[in-house]
Amino acid sequence: MAGPLLQLSDVHASYGPVHALRGVNVTVNEGEIVTLIGANGAGKSTLLMTLCGNPRPSQGQILFQDKSLVGLPPHLIAAQGIAQVPEGRRIFPRMTVLENLRLGATLADPAHFAEDLATCYGLFPILEKRQAQRAGTLSGGEQQMLAISRALMSRPRVLLLDEPSLGLAPLIIRQIFQVIEQLNRERGMTILLVEQNAYHALKLAHRAYVLASGEVVLTGSGRELLANEQVRAAYLEGGAH
Amino acid sequence: MAAPANAPIPFPHRLRDAGIAGLVAMALAVPFLGLRTVNLDQGLVVQTNLAYVPLAGVLVFLGRLILGLLAGPLAKATAPLANWRPPASTQRLRPWGGPLLVLAAAALPFLPFANRYIIDLGTTALIYILLATGLNITVGLAGLLDLGFAAFYAIGAYTCALTTTQLHWGFWPALAAGGLASSLFAVLLSLPILRLRGDYLAIVTLGFGEITRIVILNWQSLTGGPNGVSGIARPTLFGLTFDRRAPEGGHTFSEITGIAYAPEHRLIFLYLLILALTALAAYTVARLRRLPIGRAWEALREDEIACRSLGINPTMVKVSAYATGALMGGLAGCFFAARQGFVSPESFGFMESATILAIVVLGGMGSQAGVIIAALFIVVLPELARGFADYRMLAFGLAMILIMIWKPGGLLAGRLPTIRLSTAKPKPVAEAAL
Repeated sequence: MAGPLLQLSDVHASYGPVHALRGVNVTVNEGEIVTLIGANGAGKSTLLMTLCGNPRPSQGQILFQDKSLVGLPPHLIAAQGIAQVPEGRRIFPRMTVLENLRLGATLADPAHFAEDLATCYGLFPILEKRQAQRAGTLSGGEQQMLAISRALMSRPRVLLLDEPSLGLAPLIIRQIFQVIEQLNRERGMTILLVEQNAYHALKLAHRAYVLASGEVVLTGSGRELLANEQVRAAYLEGGAH
Repeated sequence: MAAPANAPIPFPHRLRDAGIAGLVAMALAVPFLGLRTVNLDQGLVVQTNLAYVPLAGVLVFLGRLILGLLAGPLAKATAPLANWRPPASTQRLRPWGGPLLVLAAAALPFLPFANRYIIDLGTTALIYILLATGLNITVGLAGLLDLGFAAFYAIGAYTCALTTTQLHWGFWPALAAGGLASSLFAVLLSLPILRLRGDYLAIVTLGFGEITRIVILNWQSLTGGPNGVSGIARPTLFGLTFDRRAPEGGHTFSEITGIAYAPEHRLIFLYLLILALTALAAYTVARLRRLPIGRAWEALREDEIACRSLGINPTMVKVSAYATGALMGGLAGCFFAARQGFVSPESFGFMESATILAIVVLGGMGSQAGVIIAALFIVVLPELARGFADYRMLAFGLAMILIMIWKPGGLLAGRLPTIRLSTAKPKPVAEAAL
């Protein structure tokens, strides 16, 4: 492939009068973990949502595998091979774990279902024990595991993770990040990760971007940003847990 | 849980609560009971009768106090009822429940106590089951509130009525036309309301229901307006009619089979026909739930944003839910028209929409068995209470309130999973009534 897997160039997006993204440039290469960090309201989630087509970018270009995503509705963007694990998990609470995974496989070839299901149960064995249970009765960590598995069921080319550590216990957070790293290392999964938990997220990222007020203010490898004084002061002080 | 197991509320609290209720009752009683308009020779005159006002206050005060004191013991006494779940051993029988129910229903007209009245009541109940099965797809499965479902019922009924009377179609093609016409209107309706949800969706569907009724009422040249349409074709069995005398060039059922003519035959035939159609509809819905489209309906009810992120096109899902639901509403409308032989706009008012919605909610959203039980309850109970004449709607309302207190999620609030791997131990996914 000629260019990077995913490329955002000068992307602007607004929620009504609120100009949330002001000319963002982000690239994600095949096989990378790329992390976006930034304060609340910096535009991290907006960036992921814009990638998924809601809101649509008011200006700029988004290329995925050299094809433009601008103007496509969300379900067609998902069909290109972009799976999002949305903020707050958004599992289907009244449906069983298995049904949630089945819905995750909407876009996949049904012949892969058993194989992909086994992969997910391999990553998160607890889900197999819970497969006949209503997803709403799972713990927060289990729900996050389900949300990640559901996204994986479509065999995406890139996985977008929006705050996977939100509201989880430190032990569970570690497990989730381990799986993210494992997915990347063993399966070559390309991952774009948005996190408040900057320390963990930077530690496993190949490259990272720091967003502030809808603009990229800093970029570099995960290691560089972890060592950067500004980043330490703004996002890591007292946060190295 | 349904039964609040809180600490007992102190008596002074109860007194104050009852006192407030009494005062509110008195305030309301002034216009409702205290003032009365009487038609006298000189015109409408307002009579004041304020003696009722304190009486209402005292009655409500006492009622509220007694209800408050009894609530605890009552809840305790009925807790086993409210928390009742079918024993696990009945799970094995579940696949047989549907066919057995259909067989039992099919045997009804041939039982010794069956008469015109009972068969007619059964037909009414089945029409409501079919209607509620359709609405259950939109409201129960896809989670799209529809307060104007009677519109689809009306469109089905009028399509059947007009095609048979104006175009001289037979019942069967008219039945297909009725279902399709309802579906078509559902697609048209669903396009402008795709972006709406909750209250706004409810208002627009309510408006659609009323618009449909008013258009039918006023389009005199086509629908006959308030006079309705009469002379609607009766269903035939492979071309055989159920009349006493055969039409020109045709035969009657009794001629061919040699069974002596009886006017009940037509009723029994209609009953069996709608039973077959309702059973087919229920079976179709059960199958659809297990298909990707059915799961997408339910996923849409749960979380629309998550659906989109998984590549589900919400537009298609919503339109198909409305269209499938309306198809069943339209078929039910056709049966209604064919049974009555006459349709008029009065039969399709807001009360009708509300009744169908009540069946879906009472039965437990999304539950087919719940729909059947609730439809029987709503159709049969007012009939049983006919002896109470004026008070039967009161008794009916009271019964609905009691069900909602004890079973807030509906009679059958549990949801059956749509897939199960052979390795998975089947666990009942009973949903605790919140």
